[in-house]
Amino acid sequence: MKEVRYIRAITDALREEMARDESVFIIGEDVGQPGGSFSATRGLQEEFGPKRVKDTPISESAIVGLAIGAATQGLRPVAEIMFMDFLTVCMDQMVNQLAKARYMFGGQYKLPVVIRTPCGGGLHAGPQHSQCLEAWFAHVPGLKVVMPATPYDVKGLLKSAIRDDNPVLFVENKALYGLKGEVPEGEYLLPIGQADIKRPGRDVTVVATSRMVHQSLEAAQTLAKEGLEVELIDLRTITPLDKEAIFKSVEKTARLVIAHEAVKAFGIGAEISALVAEEMIDCLDAPIMRVGAPYVPVPFNPEALYLPNAQDVINAIKKALEY
Amino acid sequence: MKKDELIRMYSMMLKIRRLEERLLELFAQGKIPGFIHVSIGQEAVPVGVCSVLRQDDYISNTHRGHGQALAKGVDLRRFVAEIYGRVDGFCKGKAGSMHIACKEMGVIGSNGVVGGGIPVSLGTAFASTYRGNDRITVCFFGDGATNEGTFHESLNLAALWNLPIVFCCENNQWAEFTPQKVHTKLENLSIRAEAYGMPGVTVDGDDVLKVREAAEKAVSRARKGEGPTLLECKTHRWFGHFAGDAQKYRDPREIEEVRNFDPILKFQNLLFEMKVLKPERVKEIECQIKSEIDEALAFAEKSPVPGREGLLEDVFA
Repeated sequence: MKEVRYIRAITDALREEMARDESVFIIGEDVGQPGGSFSATRGLQEEFGPKRVKDTPISESAIVGLAIGAATQGLRPVAEIMFMDFLTVCMDQMVNQLAKARYMFGGQYKLPVVIRTPCGGGLHAGPQHSQCLEAWFAHVPGLKVVMPATPYDVKGLLKSAIRDDNPVLFVENKALYGLKGEVPEGEYLLPIGQADIKRPGRDVTVVATSRMVHQSLEAAQTLAKEGLEVELIDLRTITPLDKEAIFKSVEKTARLVIAHEAVKAFGIGAEISALVAEEMIDCLDAPIMRVGAPYVPVPFNPEALYLPNAQDVINAIKKALEY
Repeated sequence: MKKDELIRMYSMMLKIRRLEERLLELFAQGKIPGFIHVSIGQEAVPVGVCSVLRQDDYISNTHRGHGQALAKGVDLRRFVAEIYGRVDGFCKGKAGSMHIACKEMGVIGSNGVVGGGIPVSLGTAFASTYRGNDRITVCFFGDGATNEGTFHESLNLAALWNLPIVFCCENNQWAEFTPQKVHTKLENLSIRAEAYGMPGVTVDGDDVLKVREAAEKAVSRARKGEGPTLLECKTHRWFGHFAGDAQKYRDPREIEEVRNFDPILKFQNLLFEMKVLKPERVKEIECQIKSEIDEALAFAEKSPVPGREGLLEDVFA
């Protein structure tokens, strides 16, 4: 297998799906000739023409709204919102229009819309360019929220998202764009809604997303030297949530740590921990631990002190194991 | 214009009026859940505009959108069933008055959010361009929506991309409880078109033939691929923002005076003068409308209230 960067795996997925299906088009700010702020769409306008790779004004509501209307007519828009923080500018289109259009209209429409957007810190991009807001959108019925952590996953899941007949918020991580990983040459798809065991283990379950998958892997490797075997589950998809994968692992390990980069308070860790507490509290040997960012905006500096890291995951695991 | 077409337009205006009068009564009796927004006094706008549309064209309509959907040709029985929240409604009762969509007639979706439907209407227009067909989109909204950011984003993009769309501002001069002079410095909202590089026209929205004439130009321009138009139709809202609104914010004299602009009476008198219509024919039309509405209401009342089985359906395809 060849090594591909996370960002290029995205470009490859877009290219393959555009070549495969004429109804797929790309729309967003700077996505055409400039090739996107992070170069995800580099070369695609040259290859597929300006009709299918559309540069827009800085008008997030118009971008998402246009995608919705086009999808009602069977097109498959892939819209780029430059930073996840900017979804706040088009929340009505995301929440009241896109997420509800199928249910509210009694199932008359399919909404095959993909909204790609990068989340996360690590680039010193400051309070308005670094947030992880996935929990907000997971809380809105009607949106699928996908959050891949590796080049392999991002490609297979983006292709599935484009083929999905429902709105998918595809949350990339800008700190991972440069990450290299193995990606097969041929075509493959990964199912939305299926978590992946990134490392099997028997002592404690760590459920992680996006960048925290890598931090958790590092934590697991460190702890392995002490003889502790961490089972690392990468959720990959926030909604629909793969509850079975979490439950199955917790049944085995009886200890659960949840790690996400988003603010810990009211995050998806809270939801997962509530689900486990509701459905299998008897299986637990220790309190559920959450790792997440502190309850403050993402600072320009000291960003490193803000971002949850491998040591935080180790500390949480140890707390769970020492209980 | 053909006589039949004039009568058809007259009948549609009257049907919208009579239906909404009945809805007000039924709402007051507690038979309709939620809240409804009637467009009585504004009937010339949707009827004039939709009279030049094809069945396969699209409209995006508003929370005050009964007239717009009916003029586009939706089935009255299923329309009323939706307002009643019943399973035979277009949206299985999940939409109600404010969010009705009817895919088969190109009613993309009414919108409960002021200005919320404007960006969405870009998408159906874009789909026509993308596929190379000549279906056009009419996006209806009120004067209040022109102060939303979505209006400005959408007009800019539509002009830039030459989208086949007509932005129809049904200006009833009230943004909910706020009169136009309190929400904008402008008198004619159509001048906003110039800022985006598209033609803007203001017409008497209580004159159905003037609306139709202006709509015809805008629609034909869009269909020929010449781009969007902002069409402002100035009309009058006879009732409150919502059914049951006591309108304490409004001068009682103004509430009385707006009735002098009655678009149906105006058109009826014209048709009398043109000898296209006679009082006897009006009676027949009234009779026919009444029986159609009676039938639709009976259909709606008989249609089941949605049960638990459909509650969780249709979140995802």
